[in-house]
Amino acid sequence: MSRPRIFVPRDAGALAAGSDEVERVLVATLRRRGIDAEIIRTGSRGLYWLEPMIEIAVGGERIAYGPVGIGDVEALFDADFLDGKPHPLRLGAPDEISFLKRQTRLTFARCGIVDRLSLADYRTHGGYRGLERALGLDPAEIVEEVVRSGLRGRGGAGFPTGIKWRTTAQTDAPQKYIVCNADEGDSGTFADRMIMEGDPFVLIEGMTIAGIAVGATKGYVYIRSEYPHAIETFGRALEIARAERTLGPRVAGSSHAFDIEVCAGAGAYVCGEETALLESLEGKRGMVRSKPPLPAHRGLFGRPTVVNNVISLASVPIVLAEGAASYGALGMGRSRGTMPIQLAGNIRHGGLFEAGFGVMLGELVDDIGGGAASGRPVRAVQVGGPLGAYFPRALFDTPFDYEAFAARDGLIGHGGIVVFDDTVDMARQARFAMEFCAIESCGKCTPCRIGSTRGVEIIDRITRGENVTDNIALIEDLCATMKFGSLCALGGFTPYPVMSALRHFPEDFGAKSGLAAAE
Amino acid sequence: MARFEDWSEQRAGELIARHAQQEGAALPILHALQETFGYIHRDAVRMLASALNLSRAELHGLVTFYHDFRSAPPGGHVLKLCRAEACQSMGADALAAQAREKLRVDWRGTTVDKRVTLEPVFCLGLCACAPAAMLDGQVFGRLNPKRLDALIERTNRT
Repeated sequence: MSRPRIFVPRDAGALAAGSDEVERVLVATLRRRGIDAEIIRTGSRGLYWLEPMIEIAVGGERIAYGPVGIGDVEALFDADFLDGKPHPLRLGAPDEISFLKRQTRLTFARCGIVDRLSLADYRTHGGYRGLERALGLDPAEIVEEVVRSGLRGRGGAGFPTGIKWRTTAQTDAPQKYIVCNADEGDSGTFADRMIMEGDPFVLIEGMTIAGIAVGATKGYVYIRSEYPHAIETFGRALEIARAERTLGPRVAGSSHAFDIEVCAGAGAYVCGEETALLESLEGKRGMVRSKPPLPAHRGLFGRPTVVNNVISLASVPIVLAEGAASYGALGMGRSRGTMPIQLAGNIRHGGLFEAGFGVMLGELVDDIGGGAASGRPVRAVQVGGPLGAYFPRALFDTPFDYEAFAARDGLIGHGGIVVFDDTVDMARQARFAMEFCAIESCGKCTPCRIGSTRGVEIIDRITRGENVTDNIALIEDLCATMKFGSLCALGGFTPYPVMSALRHFPEDFGAKSGLAAAE
Repeated sequence: MARFEDWSEQRAGELIARHAQQEGAALPILHALQETFGYIHRDAVRMLASALNLSRAELHGLVTFYHDFRSAPPGGHVLKLCRAEACQSMGADALAAQAREKLRVDWRGTTVDKRVTLEPVFCLGLCACAPAAMLDGQVFGRLNPKRLDALIERTNRT
């Protein structure tokens, strides 16, 4: 019989659920029982309510058990879990778990399955097929392939990735850069973190393809400091890629040079805005720049720079490997391909759900997510992070699509859905949106810097019952000023959570019918 | 208990020299200084300004812009509690109140016995295991009042 293999996630979400402790007990138990087995550390499959979820390879098939506590290990061995035998925690083949079975995993095809730091494992599971194809194409053909796929920026703005690349490719400069925005600050999102911790080579591959396509030889990944595990794992993956020469002066034996450096953020949310990020990378305060010039023309250190989100770049290898048509065939309208949707907050089945665009919000929350973790009715969801709108159940028929959300005064942002049950106080959430904007504002433009603080004060007056009608009119006016007068999305989008809370949940503001009456 | 070195101008000078030549050196140096000493000593601001050919005012502006950098030494342990929306939906506000009460500190405060510094954090990316916290770099999810008490109790043991 071959040596048993046990897969234990080392993703931060699994660690937070105790996967390292479980691994330690597994190692000790194996030793005590005299069993020779291999423990492989993976990323997470993204079924967080089942973490720590460990898997066994039995005859080429995986069998999952979870959530495994340290107190369960002994009983698992007694039940012969190494042979995939029954136990109350046995979940069966992971791909057959409904939450996973309903997904279309392209960007996350390997996450949670492979040894996150094995380049051999990466290749066995389809890695570097995209780069191989890219190396056989002209740089301009690579760019057009990405344009044709319809891939749009997964960071939130939804700008076509290929168009950004084309703009940078068409500039003439001695040095260009690929900058990966891994400053995933939106509450309710963790897709970037999962990729960097669970399948770091796919990001390296995507950035390498981008570099070849636009003529850049240097890449930077700006990872927020709140993600120490991602910084560590991605840093180790870079060393491995350099040692195996898939990064360096001759990428994979080609004539192209490309290397990547990691830079840690320092706790400023606004650095997720691309121009603030570039300032921060240059060693300055993360102050937003006015556009134009676009980063594609004058970005990092004044050089033409592609700034893409982690998921955008991590989706490039599959686009190249399978072809633009295959990727673009998924989705709806102008939202092509798949989106890693993140179900978070007060939800029974929280985790990562990658699917073609177009899934209904209600299906995601009630059906796939299983409703609130508290067992109480779901009252509101915030989609798209702290700058995203709060949607009531009445809008659960919105398909997950850039334009469909925009049409209902919302945004999908980076794909996070935070669920709240009926104990939520929406006036408090609206106040928090303004408070967060005040804390994180870079201070460059007045609507954001001052407006956010005034916004907190106005909401306080409303909840105290002072001149409610007048103050509601005032906050509407303030929100309009912030929306149209701010330099970037921080001040410009803070009105989304505020106005949506007011519009859909006026009763929490002590308003008789709130904006409904004003419309 | 001491995870950080005492302030040393010589040691700070070495750390600054190690990174000073790279492009965009300021943040990597500030991170190195804080990892070593636990905070950014005011003399470090002067030294770094001189090394990067910036004014002290510019460097002060830089250091204070970023929430990560402390101006005073932290306690022996640093407990970061997530205050963002996903954790709010699972009761983070009540946990924050509990922690402040139990430790008798406000945000960014250090307990009288210098044992613990309590810091807010806006998202650890553990939003499907909310509420979440980080103690000395180790992550914890699915907190509740009892588990938070146990976490605070840990800081008493080491």
